[in-house]
Amino acid sequence: MSNQTNRRDFLGMSFAAIAAVGGIASLVGMKRAWDPLPSVLAAGFTTIDLSKINLVPGTPQTFAWRGKPIFILEKTSDMAKFDGDLVIADKRYTVAVGLCTHLGCIPAWNKDKWKCACHGGAFNANGQQVFGPPPKPLVIPPFTVNGTILTFGYEGTESKAMIKARVQG
Amino acid sequence: MAEITESFFSADGLEKRLNGKKFWKVMMTEYWIPKDINFLWAMGVVLATTFALLIISGIFLLMYYKPDTALAFDSVNYTIMQEVAYGWLFRHMHGVAASVVFLIIYIHMFTGIYYGSYKKGREMIWISGMLLFVAFSAEGFSGYMLPWGQMSYWAAAVITNLFAGGSLEAYGLVEWIRGGFAVGDATLTRFFMLHVFLLPLIIIKLIVIHFYTLRIPHINNQSSEDIDYDAEAEKYLAGNKKESKVVPFWPVFLSKDFAVLGLFLLFYFYLVFFNYNFAMDPVNFDPANPMKTPAHIYPEWYFLWSYETLRGPFFDILGMRAGDIGLIIFALAQGIFLIFPFLDRDPDILPAHKRPKFFIWFWVLIIDLVVLSIYGKLPPTGANAWVGFYATTVFLLLWISLPFITKSDAKARGAL
Repeated sequence: MSNQTNRRDFLGMSFAAIAAVGGIASLVGMKRAWDPLPSVLAAGFTTIDLSKINLVPGTPQTFAWRGKPIFILEKTSDMAKFDGDLVIADKRYTVAVGLCTHLGCIPAWNKDKWKCACHGGAFNANGQQVFGPPPKPLVIPPFTVNGTILTFGYEGTESKAMIKARVQG
Repeated sequence: MAEITESFFSADGLEKRLNGKKFWKVMMTEYWIPKDINFLWAMGVVLATTFALLIISGIFLLMYYKPDTALAFDSVNYTIMQEVAYGWLFRHMHGVAASVVFLIIYIHMFTGIYYGSYKKGREMIWISGMLLFVAFSAEGFSGYMLPWGQMSYWAAAVITNLFAGGSLEAYGLVEWIRGGFAVGDATLTRFFMLHVFLLPLIIIKLIVIHFYTLRIPHINNQSSEDIDYDAEAEKYLAGNKKESKVVPFWPVFLSKDFAVLGLFLLFYFYLVFFNYNFAMDPVNFDPANPMKTPAHIYPEWYFLWSYETLRGPFFDILGMRAGDIGLIIFALAQGIFLIFPFLDRDPDILPAHKRPKFFIWFWVLIIDLVVLSIYGKLPPTGANAWVGFYATTVFLLLWISLPFITKSDAKARGAL
């Protein structure tokens, strides 16, 4: 501190320091208060047994995970194979978060693709965007595979591989 | 300080302590308004009144509304609408006022644009007004969520998703805004807080600032004449009321304002009692369902034009994703009006009919906004998508051309 610093400057700077520390601390507190609650985070896991949901090939079913819809489609033999498919035994599945990657509306299945009512986007049976504003394919949720049981919420090797295939595809 | 000896409990003593007469003079009897104005100059008082109607009706709704995803829908559609005496009236007053307030805001805004009431000293009036528009938009959006119907839910889902920047897997900003993985109870409660406390507080502060910014520079007039307020006020106070170009805010200007306000209130209460349905979307009478998107999502009429710019570009252009282009134009649409005073390169304040090219620009903008609004409500398929695309392109070109058009007008007049 230079010799020119007088008492009022010192008081001003001391207050500024205290206010800055307190201000930053309260911003952290306020930010944290808006974070999702631990109970909300803990409820973020869903288990689906593919052998017990009576999937009809070519007709997707919708499940809820973290308040978001999950599309599970068992592909028919006519549908093209895709690297991003989930393969269990001889069956191929499309598993994706059922929210349009544009702004999050739920697209509806129509014959051979998902069509979004909000802004007209469309996704094929692989979950790839084929029309409209969606910037990328339907998102693959993180899940693990144990036999025919999928557990959503945990990152698994299968879901990782599917995400990777989708980026390349 | 002049010590005051008169009793606190006498009219004279109270007046000496509060200086009410001086304050009244500054704000009312010696706040000068030009004579050369029309009914469009009454919109400020109409807006202030509508805001008061929103607060009063809102207070009565607040006493029965429950900000909880399990209770919200019934507290509105059963308790308030069917049990509370006149609950339906307060809800319809609130819903209709929320819609009508935007109609008046738009009239107020475009009056300002038409007469050039945003430059050469009036920039702060314009900017504080546009901040009010943003605050009212946030207030309208947060309020729309509260009845927790299908439109409430999906409007909340789509708009909060804008903060994901097109990415749904990112854990971060969207989840933080929502307080969960999806729009849910935490989202409803925090938007309830914003709607009934923080945003109204901000709006009230902005209204005070808006009044403050226009009190000293004074309002514009129909011919955009630069009035010497001190000289004209002197004439008026000396008794030359006919010669003077100004009148006091109270009682002269306000008496005319109240006439317009009376007509407005007749129109407003006609809507409240006989035609409230336009503000009550039928889809919103289905309870919120996160697993089912309504067949067609659209915002309230006053957001349609900017919503349409969001979905206007539906195909990739020059390697840019369609969704990203829409997002950029949407963001631009929200902010561009704020910098209007700086895009207008004409140095003179003049009404649009004395600026030939700007006059055309103004009406093309109005028509384009109407087209965007109409097509914002229609499903984005086939020819509709193309109309939306071209209207969005026109919207973009209008803003790019504004500085050149205004400059060219000024050159033709010899002002530059």
